[in-house]
Amino acid sequence: MRIEACGITKSFGSFLALSGISLTVDPGELVALLGPSGSGKTSLLRIIAGLENPDSGHVLFDGEDATRRDVRERQVGFVFQHYALFRRMTVFENVAFGLKVKPRKERLSRDEIRARVKELLRLVQLDWLEDRYPSELSGGQRQRVALARALAVEPRVLLLDEPFGSLDTRVRTELRRWLRRLHDEIELTSVFVTHDQEEALEVADRVVLLNQGRVEQAGAPEDLFERPASAFVMDFLGNVTIFRGRAEDGRAHFGPLAIEYPEHAGRPSVPVAGYVRAHRFDLARGEGQKSGFWAVVKHVSPSGALVRIDLSDGELPSTRVELSRERFEALNPRIGDRLFVMPSEMRVFPGHEDGTLTERPPET
Amino acid sequence: MNATREPLQRVQATGGKSRETSDSTGMRRSRAASAAAVRGGLILAAILVMGWLLILPLAVVIGEALKLGVRAYLDAIRSPETVAAMKLTALVVAVTLPVNVLFGLAAGWAIGKFRFPGRSVLVTLLDLPFAVSPVVAGMLFVFLYGRTGLFGPWLFDHNLKVIFAVPGVVLATLFVTLPFVAREVIPLMESAGNEEEEAARVLGAGFWPIFFRVTLPNVKWALLYGSLLAAARAVGEFGAVSVVSGHIRGETNTLPLHIEILYNEYQFQPAFAVASLLSLFAVISLALHVLLEKKRLTGTAKRGLA
Repeated sequence: MRIEACGITKSFGSFLALSGISLTVDPGELVALLGPSGSGKTSLLRIIAGLENPDSGHVLFDGEDATRRDVRERQVGFVFQHYALFRRMTVFENVAFGLKVKPRKERLSRDEIRARVKELLRLVQLDWLEDRYPSELSGGQRQRVALARALAVEPRVLLLDEPFGSLDTRVRTELRRWLRRLHDEIELTSVFVTHDQEEALEVADRVVLLNQGRVEQAGAPEDLFERPASAFVMDFLGNVTIFRGRAEDGRAHFGPLAIEYPEHAGRPSVPVAGYVRAHRFDLARGEGQKSGFWAVVKHVSPSGALVRIDLSDGELPSTRVELSRERFEALNPRIGDRLFVMPSEMRVFPGHEDGTLTERPPET
Repeated sequence: MNATREPLQRVQATGGKSRETSDSTGMRRSRAASAAAVRGGLILAAILVMGWLLILPLAVVIGEALKLGVRAYLDAIRSPETVAAMKLTALVVAVTLPVNVLFGLAAGWAIGKFRFPGRSVLVTLLDLPFAVSPVVAGMLFVFLYGRTGLFGPWLFDHNLKVIFAVPGVVLATLFVTLPFVAREVIPLMESAGNEEEEAARVLGAGFWPIFFRVTLPNVKWALLYGSLLAAARAVGEFGAVSVVSGHIRGETNTLPLHIEILYNEYQFQPAFAVASLLSLFAVISLALHVLLEKKRLTGTAKRGLA
């Protein structure tokens, strides 16, 4: 099913949660609503579900206006952040609930319900837990019960609110891969809310990045990552070090760093911000051809394939650098070492916190 | 070098500690002994006070009730006036309990699940029967429904009798017991939140299925517990009922009022015999109370109990 939201506005008291948001989810797509807390992503999800009414704007399901349709008639599956399992019912009864409360005409027979619930529990790999109560399950198991319960009523769209929010890291990574596989298997139009950029980039076909009730950028994960439309997007999507400086005569100056900024040539001096991703730095023990600055190693965390190194010098902000393990071992930096830090790619955005991008960012 | 030194230091540290313990063992032992003495003394004091204030009176009630033998005891209980009082008390409970359950659920649901203007006023009002002396409550009803009261003339014209009649007794008891169920249900409704109800709605359930399958099961133990408290209060209520009942024997006398009349007429043995009935009821409700309290606090109903 195709979901369209057109000009959705919603405020709670004096707080404007959503201001004129529009977005489309194509049939069979898995879309992530990404954003910091308070960006309106959960409100948007709840409006699509029908749990909340927008102040203005429309929600269309397959081109049909569903804005005034009651939640009960929207045929959506909703997975709540804290699962919202029925605590007085067993796993089986939880999953069967949606089937049992259907009007008598549409209701399946007892045996059919039993068979369907068993099948769903097998799908989420929990058929051996059907007699347990939610309080007897782990977080990951509860999450999967919530998913099976939502899928039981054969929804036309699946909505998930921070589906992995309250799980520990290991279970989280496991479960999101599993969700991706499940989505590919059942091809159900799905929207999930998250504040975790890694999760959004890994799982979703398309990411909609929200900020202060507006869509900051929407697109495929690599689009957002490689071609950020604003400083906010660039900042939100990954470890960046932000340098503050000024543009003058076609060059941007950040303390000891200076890079070409031809778009600005011939205009008066303005404040600019230079954004560098952590993996777009290189370190050396001596100055080379590239422009850079000296900084002292403050912290090294060699966990995983990438090694994170935090460096600091008096003037510039502390810098987070990610090196591949090979590069790290070749250089072997220790805390207290003075190293030369060279950005290999920097994006310059006009204004310090001005979220708009007016010029194509140059590369060094 | 470092690696070997550290465990060594640790061994020394524990060694030092154990030596210190053996040095001061004597002092600790005497301190422990005095602590045990204090503990024992406090426990003994608690038992004595409980025995003096609770067990002894209960024993006296039973002793006095049976003083003239089992036959006299049974005669007192089987006298027409006592039976009438028992019936009236049962009637009062039978009327007030369902009303209390319905009101408690409605108030608990509204206050626990929703935010609306006037909510805090409602919460405060709920406590009014706890704050007002029962005698005052009884007088309020006399003022409203008595012969010279606000609605008195109208009631008299329509030949309806409230005060010095059964409706008055029921009304007064209702007033006094109204907060019990709501008070127990509200916190549970509140802590359960609205998420389960929302989940049920998304799954297509209507209002009543949600209420009976999701909302009610979550508060069922609190509901039973509150009902028990309300029932106990309804059976034992004296002050408010005493003012509105008129003490008409065989008609408007509840068990507590009947006991008072017997006592005032120096019929001590019958008075204690009837009192033993109330005591028995108290003991039973206390046992249920303990059982329900456990259920209510553990909250999660396991298999077989759900």
